Amino acid sequence: MLQFSDRIFDIEQKGDSMALNRRDFLKSSAAASAAAAIGMSVPLELQAKANTAETGWRWDKAACRFCGTGCGIMLATKAGKIVAVKGDPAAPVNRGLNCIKGYFNAKIMYGADRLKKPLLRVNKNGDFDKQGDFAEVSWERAFDEMEIHAKKALKENGPEAVANFASGQYTVMEGYAAQKMMKAGFRSNAIDPNARHCMASAVVGFYQTFGIDEPSGCYDDIELTDTVVTWGSNMAEMHPILWSRVTDRKLSDPDNVKIINLTTYTHRTSDVADMEIIFKPNSDLALWNYIAREIVYNHPESIDWDFVKQNIVFAASPVNIGYGMKNPDTEKSMDKYTDLEIEIMKKEAKKVISKAEAPALAPYGYKEGDVMVNKPAGLKHWEISFEEYKKFLSPYTAEYTTEVSKGNPDESDEDFMKKIKELADLYIEKGRKVVSFWTMGMNQHTRGTWVNTLAYNVHFLLNKQAKPGSGAFSLTGQPSACGTAREVGTFTHRLPADMMVKNPKHRAITEKAWKIPSKTLNGIGNQHIMKIMRDIEDGFVKFAWISVTNIFHTTASAKHWIKAAREMDVFIVCSDGYPGISAKVSDLILPTAMIYEKWGAYGNAERRTQHWRQQVLPVGDSMSDTWQWVEFAKRFTVKDLWGASTLRNGSELKDVRAEAYKMGYSDDTTMYDILFANKDAKAFKLDLNDPIQKGYDNTDGAGDKRNVLGSDGKVFDGYGFFIQKYLFEEYADFGRGHGHDLADFDTYHKVRGLKWPVVDGKETQWRFNAKYDPYAAKANHGDFAFYGTLAKKLAYGDLNGITNKDKKSLKNKAKIFARPYMDAPEMPDERYPLWMSTGRVLEHWHSGTMTMRVPELYRAVPEALCYMNPDDAKKLNLTQGGLAWIESRRGRVKARVETRGRNRPPKGLVFVPFFDEKVFINKVCLDATCPQSKQTDFKKCAVKVYKA
Amino acid sequence: MEITRREFFLKSARSAGLLALGGLVWSAYVDEVTASKLILRPPGALMEKDFLAACIKCGLCVEACPYDTLLLAKPGDNKPLGTPYFIPRDMPCYMCPDIPCVPICPTNALDQSLVSKNGILDINSADMGLAIIDENSCIAFWGIQCDACHSACPLLNEAISLEYRKNDRTGKHAFIVPIVHADVCTGCGLCERACITQKASIFILPREIATGRAGDHYIKSWSKKDEARLKNAKEINTKTKISNRPAIDSLNDMKGLLDD
Repeated sequence: MLQFSDRIFDIEQKGDSMALNRRDFLKSSAAASAAAAIGMSVPLELQAKANTAETGWRWDKAACRFCGTGCGIMLATKAGKIVAVKGDPAAPVNRGLNCIKGYFNAKIMYGADRLKKPLLRVNKNGDFDKQGDFAEVSWERAFDEMEIHAKKALKENGPEAVANFASGQYTVMEGYAAQKMMKAGFRSNAIDPNARHCMASAVVGFYQTFGIDEPSGCYDDIELTDTVVTWGSNMAEMHPILWSRVTDRKLSDPDNVKIINLTTYTHRTSDVADMEIIFKPNSDLALWNYIAREIVYNHPESIDWDFVKQNIVFAASPVNIGYGMKNPDTEKSMDKYTDLEIEIMKKEAKKVISKAEAPALAPYGYKEGDVMVNKPAGLKHWEISFEEYKKFLSPYTAEYTTEVSKGNPDESDEDFMKKIKELADLYIEKGRKVVSFWTMGMNQHTRGTWVNTLAYNVHFLLNKQAKPGSGAFSLTGQPSACGTAREVGTFTHRLPADMMVKNPKHRAITEKAWKIPSKTLNGIGNQHIMKIMRDIEDGFVKFAWISVTNIFHTTASAKHWIKAAREMDVFIVCSDGYPGISAKVSDLILPTAMIYEKWGAYGNAERRTQHWRQQVLPVGDSMSDTWQWVEFAKRFTVKDLWGASTLRNGSELKDVRAEAYKMGYSDDTTMYDILFANKDAKAFKLDLNDPIQKGYDNTDGAGDKRNVLGSDGKVFDGYGFFIQKYLFEEYADFGRGHGHDLADFDTYHKVRGLKWPVVDGKETQWRFNAKYDPYAAKANHGDFAFYGTLAKKLAYGDLNGITNKDKKSLKNKAKIFARPYMDAPEMPDERYPLWMSTGRVLEHWHSGTMTMRVPELYRAVPEALCYMNPDDAKKLNLTQGGLAWIESRRGRVKARVETRGRNRPPKGLVFVPFFDEKVFINKVCLDATCPQSKQTDFKKCAVKVYKA
Repeated sequence: MEITRREFFLKSARSAGLLALGGLVWSAYVDEVTASKLILRPPGALMEKDFLAACIKCGLCVEACPYDTLLLAKPGDNKPLGTPYFIPRDMPCYMCPDIPCVPICPTNALDQSLVSKNGILDINSADMGLAIIDENSCIAFWGIQCDACHSACPLLNEAISLEYRKNDRTGKHAFIVPIVHADVCTGCGLCERACITQKASIFILPREIATGRAGDHYIKSWSKKDEARLKNAKEINTKTKISNRPAIDSLNDMKGLLDD
């Protein structure tokens, strides 16, 4: 291990790890021409010395708090407060630069209304009262109440009644601590992150296609590619630093490099684009299949059959899978839904095939007017022949695709057809490298999993995947959606390192690593984030804890969940730094240490893991999420949690106490002792001479000079060991040797992040490519090995189903899926004639709890506007800057009309950003999800807009 | 609350204006006239001298503004008392298409014809001032990915566009910087309001103050549009220190020619 660390350190001394890889890369003659451009621009100024002692302040490295780009920053601390920030010049992602949000990292923790004390709803006697107002309480009282209500929930409805709204903004360690306490302690899989809302479809796409999560490529693709195609991704505003790299690439070779923006409305990403394609919401499905059809029918010579035969199988899955809504015929609480809402929800049970869908569904035996009866199909899919795939593609002619996809009514069919042909030609052009980027547009989609897999189809057919400068690349919204939500596995169905709760072998591996009795873990993981909300509405979930997310602001059909939170018998705890909507609807609020007030690590969209040290003490009595979970664990013993219980579906969780006794635990051993303060944990020493720890606070480990009174009413003076390092190392061990290898804790404090798998001290730029990925090389499967292990045995059949149940192994292979165009469940009609899409603006982060408290950002964009086409506005008698109601079947909000702003929708569509709690657009949005990924489609619902 | 407060200020400013007209605070008025070069007027305002002559300080334009953008100068504002103006950093002009502040003006101090095209009100032709960028403090010129001013511009990509430049320091992150197009910018100040630097790095100045002027004797060969300036080109007469005297006088003046 020492040798390993030394190597990495050596790399760092030379500048950064990228530079080394780049030199390696330069040797590869295959990409020499593209690399030459890069080689010329290796920057001179690289070193930003961490912890430089300059009079009066200290610089130290960290990761930016905001998006999934994962920029490196340096923080200046003075007299115990962060006073300034700079981009980290040594960070390969951003080379010292930031976007407008990153520019304000120093200000986000110091808003005037920062929460400083636990707050509980009480009556005038000071007793908890769900109808009471918030009053300050001690941490001890807060945990007393949590304990009472969690135990009540367990007693009433079992482990599934205790839930955690988790986060893609949890640090790696926090997510891991929460996961352990929820799944091992409470034996509840009702932990699911806000990341479900943002990239679950990408994950299922990765699983189904590769058998393992996360992108094959990395950001270096930008400098190496000839073509950037953005699909439902406003990179210019949402991943600005990556966009500046795309722009730089375009400037380097303007004639050759092409940028194409596919979107449902014009936005800033179109500015640099050579071509903008405005498509109708949901019709990206047809566009991807059109490109595949162009390849298969009109350019069969472009298919790399050597690659395809060696590495790919074709696959199909059911199409009548519904839309992830509550089925009004079978589900509870339907008295809480209006007739208007139920009108749409009925499509969960069955739907009539539309004229637009009919041709795409013809190969499946449907015609216009047929009733499609939906059945939950889970993730089922099976292998088909290439001929069957070809049959599936036949409907997607340019004419049909134009009919289904053309999104701007003012554009001619001919122009649209010309554009999509040009797009297909760019993909097909021999030797042209292509990167397809996407984010929420493709993920927040009732067929999100489908459309994700369709992206890989095109790249696979052309052998333009997992290669320098080529690949379909899913960008991530949140800073640690990859690092925490996905890699740690804080999803209801996941365990660390791509293991699954439903797999008994995976549970056994985890139980062993966690030193908990065999069969402790619950094998039913179905409480995704929408399900938890619906379970609260149904009165099933009785205790819900919100961590590092403002989930009641950011969940569609919001009125239902807010009413449920306030009216149902449920105790809601919200850990936050600021009072957002989620805190407002809670029963107990815990003041929580923010990003740089604790040791942490995030993982970005290119598999780069980045750590930082605690820079300052938390504001007020705030404590970290890790501390909150660990303290909560002290309140529960073996006796409390590990007896027998019956799950909702009737299955039993076994009494594992006898096994626990054998392991040396007693009835009164606490979960704290087992999960967090065990012998392994205590081996990670606090050591003031350790160069990593020296000079830095560690509130969780050693307490701090605030002398906060802890969960037992006494001054909290720390756990006495390096708990964050313990949590990280224990977690990282899950992935080491399994394609998820992380370096050791100390290494990450010396480098500017590393892209996993980190093997022999070297990060991996292109996975599955034997030239770059040691795991692919080891597989001995030729140039590529898609070595993921999930869903790698398939039955065989045709488009309509399985014909041969014998499962065949597809070891080291990936899949091309037949998945058709289908309509969204709610589309504009006479009563609600406009599409409504929601999303973000550059200046604000998600629900604005942080950025709306930065005066400069607040002033720049103080409110969410309703972006619409000027002709629509005129027709509706709306004036620029005037107020309008935006109303759907679920609710309405008032916003100012903007017809000349940064977003310019075609006729028939409006866009309303979702950061603004005063323009609470999630009251309007529909909570339909991709039935496979359970990710909500925030991008499509039908509204009417009228003067307010 | 907001309205009463606004009415209060409006009233006090109006009475101050009336007092000023009555000559009771005449001396203050004179001082404040001299400060008026830097003042930003509502859309359609006549040239400052003519505007001051025409404006009767009635405050109707201020009342008509739906955004509380327009203010009436009070004593101490260091502006001609009772006249309307705005401070974009506090509240910019939102460029209402129906320009409610202009047609209501009883004296044409705010002149409809200056904000009309073919007889139809057109706020895009307003000229309240011009946005100026301080490239030293504008963080986009540092390479930070900020386009708050551009995004806020009601004439997006026309009055402010983005320019893309290579960044040789990092080698891979283009500069994306705002550029103001003086011929389109109306001086509404939405950019100044939105600017996220501590003191705005893009700000509005009256066009007279903000602009230089190239002479009409040189036309850009690469710009068809520039040809229009020829219209103003006049007979050229030049005089410098050396050409000050009639030729014959300087020819006859041998003084100093051989001095060391």
